[in-house]
Amino acid sequence: MLRRFLLRRTLLGLLVLWLVSLGTFFLFFVAPGDPARTLAGRQATPEQVELIRHNLGLDRPTIVQYFDYLGRLVHGDLGQSYFSGESVGKLLAQDFPPTFSLVLGGAVLWLCLGVGAGVLSATRVRSFLDRALTTLALAGVSMPTFVVGLLLLYFFFFQLTMAGAPILPPDSYVPFSENPGEWARHLILPWITLAMVQAASYARLTRGSMLDVLGEDYIRTARAKGVPEGRVIYRHGLRAALTPVVTQLGVDIGTLIGGLVVTESVFGLGGIGQAVVQAFVSGDLPVIMGVVVLATTAVVVANLIVDIAYGLLDPRIRLA
Amino acid sequence: MTLTEIRPDVVADRTIAGRSPWQLAWARIRSDRVALISGIVVVLLCLLALAAPLISAWNGHDPDEQFRDTGITDQGLPVGPNGEFWFGTDRLGRDLFIRVLYGARVSLLVGVVATGVAALIGVVVGLLAGYYGGVIDTILSRLMDVVLSFPYLIFAIAVVSIAGPSLTATIGVISFYSWAAIARVVRGQTLSLKEREYVEAARSLGAGDARIMFVDILPNLLAPVIVLTTLLVPAAIVFESTLSYLGLGIVPPTPSWGNLLSEAQGFYRVAYWYLGFPAASLLITTLAFNLVGDGIRDAIDPRMERLFSRRRRKRRSPPAPAPATGRSDAATS
Repeated sequence: MLRRFLLRRTLLGLLVLWLVSLGTFFLFFVAPGDPARTLAGRQATPEQVELIRHNLGLDRPTIVQYFDYLGRLVHGDLGQSYFSGESVGKLLAQDFPPTFSLVLGGAVLWLCLGVGAGVLSATRVRSFLDRALTTLALAGVSMPTFVVGLLLLYFFFFQLTMAGAPILPPDSYVPFSENPGEWARHLILPWITLAMVQAASYARLTRGSMLDVLGEDYIRTARAKGVPEGRVIYRHGLRAALTPVVTQLGVDIGTLIGGLVVTESVFGLGGIGQAVVQAFVSGDLPVIMGVVVLATTAVVVANLIVDIAYGLLDPRIRLA
Repeated sequence: MTLTEIRPDVVADRTIAGRSPWQLAWARIRSDRVALISGIVVVLLCLLALAAPLISAWNGHDPDEQFRDTGITDQGLPVGPNGEFWFGTDRLGRDLFIRVLYGARVSLLVGVVATGVAALIGVVVGLLAGYYGGVIDTILSRLMDVVLSFPYLIFAIAVVSIAGPSLTATIGVISFYSWAAIARVVRGQTLSLKEREYVEAARSLGAGDARIMFVDILPNLLAPVIVLTTLLVPAAIVFESTLSYLGLGIVPPTPSWGNLLSEAQGFYRVAYWYLGFPAASLLITTLAFNLVGDGIRDAIDPRMERLFSRRRRKRRSPPAPAPATGRSDAATS
C-alpha cells in the first residue's frame, strides 16, 4: 500500500513540477524584457543582438525551446546561465548550502519555541501565561522579517560591538565544512530572525490543535484510567496535535527554500533567494528555471515526507 | 420563596430586548478593552495619514524637501530628533516625521485596497467552487493550492521584473497572493450552506444559480469574510513594506515605511531614529490591526479558534479522510 501511495504521489509531484515549469517558462516569454539586448549592452548593433539571440537559441519558437529545455532537464541538465555562462547546476550547488543551513537551523529553533509555547498555552487556557504568550505570538506575526532582522543587527551586533563585546558578527556565510563553529556563529542572528517570525504562527497553530485534541474522548479515557497528566499531554495529546504542525512545516520548509530573499539579503548570506532576485532582474531564464525547479521539488518532497509522517504520528490516519 | 417563584420586581428591572447577532457582536467588541484600544489606534493612524498634507503644510516641511542647512550635520549625516524635526532627518536632510506620515498613507492605502480586491476575488471564486463543485471546484481548488504554496516573494519579483515596480503592481501582487486564503474559507462554508433547506426553497421558487449564490448564500458568509479581511490588512501592510524594502514596491522618492527602512539600513550605526521611527510605526500599525481583527473574530464567532488567518485552518480531527485526498492544502503543492 505504501508503495502505491509513493508511486501516486511521485507522479502527482512530477505533474506539479511540469505545470510550474511550463508556467514559468511561458511567463518569461510573455515578459517584455530581452536578455539578448541586456547582454549585448547599449552600444550593440542590431546584428550583434541578433547574433547573441541566435547563440542563446532564443530565436527559435518558444515551444521548441521549451521542449529542448525539458529534454535536457530529464537528463539532469539545467542549462547554462545566459550571463555568466556557468552551469546552473553548479550555481545552485553553490547557493544551496547557505539557504539550507538557514532553513534547517531556523526550523529547529522555531519548532522548539513555537510548539513549546503552544503546549504551555493550551494546557493553561486563559491563564496569564496563555494571554501573554498569545499576545506575544500576535506581535510576532505582526513583524515583517526584515524589521526583526534589522533590529537584531542593531542591538546584537552593533550595540554589543559598541559595548566592547563583539560576540556576534554582522553578516556573511562561512561553510560548515570550513569551520562549524564560525558557521553557527554567523548564522545565529539569521536563525533567530527566522524563528521569531515563524515561531509565532506555530505557537498559535499548536495551541489551537492541542485544545482540539485535549477535548477528544480518548484523552478523557486516558485520564480516567489513571495515566499521569504529563503522559496524557505529551504522549497522547501532543502526538496527535502535531499533525497540522507537521503539515505547516512541510509547506514552510518547501517554500522557504526558494523564498528566503529577505533574511538572506538583510544578513548578506548569498543564497538561493538572492540568486533568483538577480536572475529575475537581469532576465536570466536558465537560472530562474533552475530555482523554480529546485523550489518546487523541495515543496513536493517536503509534502511527501509530511504525509508519511502523519501515519507515524497519528495511528488513525492511513495512507491511501 | 421557592425556586420556581418568579419575582416580578427582578424581572421588571431588566429590559429584555431582542438583539441581532451584529448587535451582540458589537456589544462584545465594546467590552473587549484590547480590541477597543487597538481600534482607536487604527482610527488615529488613519486620521494622521489623511491629515499628512495638512500637517506638512502646518510645519512647512514638504516630504521631499531637503533641508541642507538645518537637516544635515557638518559631516553630512542625518540630524537627530529635535524641536524642528520631531523624528530627526534622513540621509538627504528631509523631515523624517513628515516622511513617516506620508508612508502611512501608502501602507494603509495598499493594505485596504489590496485586501478589498482580494476579498472580492476570493468570495467570487470561493462561491463558484463551493456551489458548483465537480470539475470547477477541482480546478479552482488546485489553483488556490498553487497560489498558497508558491513562494510568494519569488512571484512578486517575477511580476515586478515584468511590470516594473509601482503602486499598482504592489497592490496587484498582494491581492493575487491574498485572495486564495479567503476563497478557501468561502468555498468550505458554501459547501455546507448550499445543502440548507432555504437554498432548496429558493431554488424551488425558481431562483437562478447567481441569485442563490449572491443573495441567499453570500450574506451568511459575511462573518468569516469580515474576520479574514481584517486580518489580511496587516498581512498586506507587512507584504508591502517587504516589497518596498527589497526595492520592488513603492519606489523613492515616494516615502513608504519599507523603502524608508531600506534607506535606513545603511545608517543604523549613526542614526538610530532613521531605523527606529519607521520600524516602530510599522509594528504599531500591524499589531493594532491584528488585535482589532482578533477582537472582531472573538466578537462575531466566539467559538472560532484564534488562529492566524494566512495559515490554513486545519482539519479538526479524525475520522480521518486519507491525507492524500482529504488534505488538499498540502497534497498537490
